[in-house]
Amino acid sequence: MFGIEAIDLARFQFAFTVAFHIIFPAFSIGLASYLAVLNGMHLITKDDLYLRVFNYWKKIFAVAFGMGVVSGIVMSYQFGTNWSVFSDKTGPVLGPLMAYEVLSAFFLEAGFLGVMLFGRDKVGPGLHFFATVMVALGTLMSATWILSVNSWMQTPAGYGMNDVGQFVPEDWWQIVFNPSFPYRLIHMVLAAYLTTALVVAGTGGWHLLRGHDDAAARLMFSMAMWMLLVTAPLQILAGDEHGLNTLEYQPQKIMALEGHYESHPDGAPLILFGIPNPDEKRIDYAIEIPKLSSLILKRDLNAPLAGLDTIPDDEEPPVEIVFWSFRVMVGLGFAMLGLGLWGAVQRWRGRLYASRWLHRTSLVMGPMGFVAVVAGWVTTEVGRQPYTVYGLLRTTQSVSPIEASAVGASLLAFIVIYFAVFGAGTFYILRLMKRRPETAKGQIKEGPIRSAGITPAAGIDHTSSVSGE
Amino acid sequence: MPFDLAFIWAGLIAFAVLAYVVLDGFDLGIGILFPFLRRGDQRDLAMNTVAPVWDGNETWLILGGGGLFAVFPLAYAVVMPALYAPIIAMLAGLIFRGVAFEYRWRTTRWKPVWDWAFFAGSVGAAFAQGIALGALVQGIDVAGRAYAGGRLDWLTPFSLLTGAALVVGYALLGATWLVMKTEGPVRDFAHRVAWFTAVAMLALIGVVSLITPFLDPVYLSRWFAWRPTLAFTLIVPALLAVAAWALFTGLARDRDRWPFLAAQSMFVLCYIGVGISFYPHIVPPSLTIWDAAAPDSSLAFTLVGAAILIPLILGYTAYAYWVFRGKIDAEAGYH
Repeated sequence: MFGIEAIDLARFQFAFTVAFHIIFPAFSIGLASYLAVLNGMHLITKDDLYLRVFNYWKKIFAVAFGMGVVSGIVMSYQFGTNWSVFSDKTGPVLGPLMAYEVLSAFFLEAGFLGVMLFGRDKVGPGLHFFATVMVALGTLMSATWILSVNSWMQTPAGYGMNDVGQFVPEDWWQIVFNPSFPYRLIHMVLAAYLTTALVVAGTGGWHLLRGHDDAAARLMFSMAMWMLLVTAPLQILAGDEHGLNTLEYQPQKIMALEGHYESHPDGAPLILFGIPNPDEKRIDYAIEIPKLSSLILKRDLNAPLAGLDTIPDDEEPPVEIVFWSFRVMVGLGFAMLGLGLWGAVQRWRGRLYASRWLHRTSLVMGPMGFVAVVAGWVTTEVGRQPYTVYGLLRTTQSVSPIEASAVGASLLAFIVIYFAVFGAGTFYILRLMKRRPETAKGQIKEGPIRSAGITPAAGIDHTSSVSGE
Repeated sequence: MPFDLAFIWAGLIAFAVLAYVVLDGFDLGIGILFPFLRRGDQRDLAMNTVAPVWDGNETWLILGGGGLFAVFPLAYAVVMPALYAPIIAMLAGLIFRGVAFEYRWRTTRWKPVWDWAFFAGSVGAAFAQGIALGALVQGIDVAGRAYAGGRLDWLTPFSLLTGAALVVGYALLGATWLVMKTEGPVRDFAHRVAWFTAVAMLALIGVVSLITPFLDPVYLSRWFAWRPTLAFTLIVPALLAVAAWALFTGLARDRDRWPFLAAQSMFVLCYIGVGISFYPHIVPPSLTIWDAAAPDSSLAFTLVGAAILIPLILGYTAYAYWVFRGKIDAEAGYH
């Protein structure tokens, strides 16, 4: 089809669907934990304010979670439809981990979601809190298993090969706790918490800017600023450690994202910006700090660092992509740290709810967690190329025997559906965020968070379920 | 090996798929009946009966797919490309109907659009699942370790028939669920629908059952050869007749739980029938359970988790149904 091969289309389809999919879990992992905290705080303090903020974010969670579920189902079948050879070869190792994800995480989330959304009146506050904690636990278990899967593809361990060319498990402990897994898990969970903190801060900041200066807006803004202050520095530390781990196990990825086409025997520079020139194999217009890269990666200014000139061309990841995605991620990480520190300073000065520039910046930073998450995923996934299982199974050898036209048609369908469906969902989430958290009355027809047993008549404004739940 | 792990896992995957059909069938069915309900209150009521549980129901489908990947990776790698178009269509349908559960409450102007998405998505997913089943029964071409057929092998009159049968069957499940869970006009409407979908479903079961044995001599011998399995050839249809009797009697006597349980029993029996045709194959006519199974260490590792977690899952799923038990009261609402 127009000279494009099935593999390119399949790759693009995977990248497209996973990039959409990663956004929703990144939000729902953090938000589920936030909801559990709010619910618990209400249980302890008996302060209705926590319950109001809980109910506010609960509706947003429901929409985001729904989008995460449906985009996740696509992922679980796409391995088979587009990457059947990969599935056959890695199934014995990766399949069980995914089965554990379904059994220990998806069912837990889905089983208690109904009670969490609709069942407070039916089960009472104690069990309702328990259900919320189970949903949050489910999202974290899900992250654990899927990152174990992803990490194994990056740093495979504990496997053997059988005579039909499948990877077969030899040591499950080594498979699950493969070398990059702990780093990746911590990095991703912190990313989810940061993303959520930014969204909550942005929403709170927007309400404060609009003069909706009420207890609920203040509470969410304050909690989010604390969260940023704690998690942003942790994330930078975790990212640094993750980088060292990558240098050990996937040096090509580091070479590519650093933009090190050449080896540096006496200390490598940190390239801040530049234009990768893959044809000439150099970074044009590079602005660099001498020896800083060696200091970061080797803790030694003069440590030698090998460059892409030491590896064959056909094992080189696409530098021009990861060079940029890495800089976007790191730049945003430091911006988050800056916002957290600024918030702390304003809090100390007693101006947390008065500093309009802080609120404006929070609003701008609101969606940046998603951008950083996607940039991070691009860095790690594109940086792994040309392999699906690092060093062992090439992407070109993983694809299904499907014609390009079939993959192209499904790709087109997914693009149209995703933009329509998730565009609408994002719009509805934004509209829910626009609602005032404190009163939430009379603004839009809320739709029930409808429990079975509570059935709204059509068109009736449903605000009572907000205040009364 | 003291246990035949592949056999145990074939049973567990079969159970997961059956659980999916039994649990998600009725909520897809409500989507299929959606346009025939009055816009607004009736549709809201019907959707509310499944809103707290649909998500858990759909998770069984992920377990079916994920479980296949884990324990029968070769079957997964062959079946997914073979059924490419129906699988993609099913996923698209599930996306639309899944998000409709939330979206239609978030807008007034676009509510009819999401109502329609809920309907079309449900019909599309059901039809695609039926086609996939029919195509699988017809058999899939395998060469080496890969699908060897064409891109439209799945499209035959038989698979279209099974597609239609599943849409009708799910509509029956949805109707009988509404009979059980609602009162008033919605229940009365569902009661009427249950009558004729039940008749249509029985007719379609008859046609599919008559065709299937002639698709492959293996099926014919499995059902009609003179050997111990012949007993099933008599028992399954006999039980089906009992279930049909219970369904119609329940409808006639206004025993509002009977029709749902009877319709579910019919599904289980049909499913057992398909299982009898298949066994010992997982991808007829080429791959048996043992051909496709992952190494024993994968099966054993996953089985430990399944043995602990599946009972737990069934427990809290039952709890969720218990919390939202009984008829929905359309009047009580605002507190």
